[in-house]
Amino acid sequence: MRIELEKRPGGSRLFSFVSPLLALLLTVVCGGVMFALLGKDPVSALYSFFIEPLQEVWSLHELAIKAGPLILIAVGLSVCYRSNNWNIGAEGQFTMGAIAGSFLPIVFYEWHSPLILPLMLVMGMLGGALYAGIPALLKAHFNTNEILTSLMLVYIAQLFLDWLSRGMWRDPQGYNFPQSRNFVPEAILPEVLSSGRAHWGFVFAIVAAVLVWFMMRFTLKGFQITVLGQSERAGRFAGFSSRGMIWFSMLFSGALAGLAGISEVSGSINHLQPSISPGYGFTAIIVAFLGRLNPLGIIASGLVLALTYLGGEAVQLSLEVSDKVTRVFQGLLLFFVLSCDTLIHYRIRLVFDRLKGASDGAA
Amino acid sequence: MILEAIILTVITAATPLVVAALGELVTERSGVLNLGVEGMMIMGAVGAFAVAQMTGNPYLGLLAGIAVGALFSLLFGFLTLTLVTNQVATGLALTILGLGASGMIGETWVGVPGIKLQAIYIPGLSDIPVIGPILFHQDIVFYLSIALLIGVNWFLFRSRTGLMLRAIGDNHGSAHALGIDVLRVRYLSVMFGGACAGLAGAQLSLVYTPQWVEDMSAGRGWIALALVVFSSWRPWRVLAGGYLFGAVTIGQLHTQALGVNVPSQFLSALPYAATVVVLVLISRNRRTTLINTPASLGKPFVPDR
Repeated sequence: MRIELEKRPGGSRLFSFVSPLLALLLTVVCGGVMFALLGKDPVSALYSFFIEPLQEVWSLHELAIKAGPLILIAVGLSVCYRSNNWNIGAEGQFTMGAIAGSFLPIVFYEWHSPLILPLMLVMGMLGGALYAGIPALLKAHFNTNEILTSLMLVYIAQLFLDWLSRGMWRDPQGYNFPQSRNFVPEAILPEVLSSGRAHWGFVFAIVAAVLVWFMMRFTLKGFQITVLGQSERAGRFAGFSSRGMIWFSMLFSGALAGLAGISEVSGSINHLQPSISPGYGFTAIIVAFLGRLNPLGIIASGLVLALTYLGGEAVQLSLEVSDKVTRVFQGLLLFFVLSCDTLIHYRIRLVFDRLKGASDGAA
Repeated sequence: MILEAIILTVITAATPLVVAALGELVTERSGVLNLGVEGMMIMGAVGAFAVAQMTGNPYLGLLAGIAVGALFSLLFGFLTLTLVTNQVATGLALTILGLGASGMIGETWVGVPGIKLQAIYIPGLSDIPVIGPILFHQDIVFYLSIALLIGVNWFLFRSRTGLMLRAIGDNHGSAHALGIDVLRVRYLSVMFGGACAGLAGAQLSLVYTPQWVEDMSAGRGWIALALVVFSSWRPWRVLAGGYLFGAVTIGQLHTQALGVNVPSQFLSALPYAATVVVLVLISRNRRTTLINTPASLGKPFVPDR
């Protein structure tokens, strides 16, 4: 028996909607099996992983806090991936955005002004964009593989943050804890609703997703991104610059990752510390693919992946299962998403080699 | 004596890079880009550690590491070869899943003292001054890495199957038309890459730092990927590059130990920064890169019948 693929002309519209849902379903089934293997009742485990976190107002706020950075980063990455630029260093750009944005409230810690917050956000975006500019420069002008360089820069950014929060920017009154001064109230991103902690980072994410959706759908830039991504040659004949696209997509996604970084630090942590992200930059890659690189789809998939963080914490509390199940769930999900996407472009056939078997037998 | 100790640690740091990069080199020569080296490596590390703990035998652990790496890579093979998924994204998925799953599997082993794979004493040879301890008093993974290097070089450039594999990597369409079973060769080369990454991971948890620490591969899988680019897909240059990176890693550790007035984080960042610099230097010339890169690297292949 073997598996044969048959190209669908134009792809299947039905499966482009069904495949992410199918992937989710398969992940849940796999997760159930995993819980059963760990000796837990799969139904109640899945219930506390996927349903329980949705039942309280405060945990919905937590969901928005986690979904915000995921959606923001993934929307930027979708532009990169659609244009065939493989930025996988969003975690580093997130970190650098957080660092650049925290410069004002940490260095000028006595500055109370309503101006500080907008300046911080702008600096965060600049920090992320400049950091993504390194792999962009190296790819556009030195022909260097952006996958490897952007990833190496993640490690460097994390070590830099570690040094800052233990060394130069450590809070002098902080009893030697490795963290910076707490931000002044003016430098803290406010909550959206009075009912909980969710801050404006989530709103930024939704706005960014809608704007990018508009750009991809209705503007020349969006068309350029798609054309250059699908065929660089075709793009060049149309007069589009692939070098310019490297710069645009990398700087754009870096800026969004940087905005996510400073929003997270300013909105929910309120100071710098050696670890500011539970791997948002990498999880956002899954978010981008689960959302099928469509900004509106990414809003939905960002919420789903945010739920896996909350679910991991929930099962740790209620069932004493390690919260590392979160990362396993996320990995499984990406696998299933990618395999189910095959259904969009191909018909899958199982071929039983009866004829071949018969002739082998005769010989 | 100090120099001897330094060379020994450089070898230990370089060996996993060389082994993983040689495996990936074969995979990429067949035209498949597997970015999951980091994931396969960490799965090999945890598998090797767990089996060594359960059986008390580090050699069984080593075998387990190889097997786990190969099996794990099969997942990547099925998706990219049979289901023709995007190789970049699937490789990333393999890394993410590997880091997650290994964290969960290894949780019970955190803080447990490991079983070290001992160096093999060869009577006579090991006693030669200076070169004896360096070349003839090593653990088995070092010898395997040298054997792999010679074997891979011979296989790729001196054997018929190796020629077939390179032909597939350069033009899978023509290779298919010649009647070569492209997918079969690619499945095998992906599994070879997985086995090597698993062996490299086993070296980490049984030799380099004999214990289990979450995410202990610390980007070495990615550095191995960079080494393949650095080597222009030639085995001997993998060895040179691997030892260069081993030297940078050990050099920064020794500098930290000497208490030089540079923040330790900056020194720790050196191997990663060196990777970026080396990549830039090697790929600056677009034409030589084009000549060296296997032409169908990363491109999907659906056999027409």
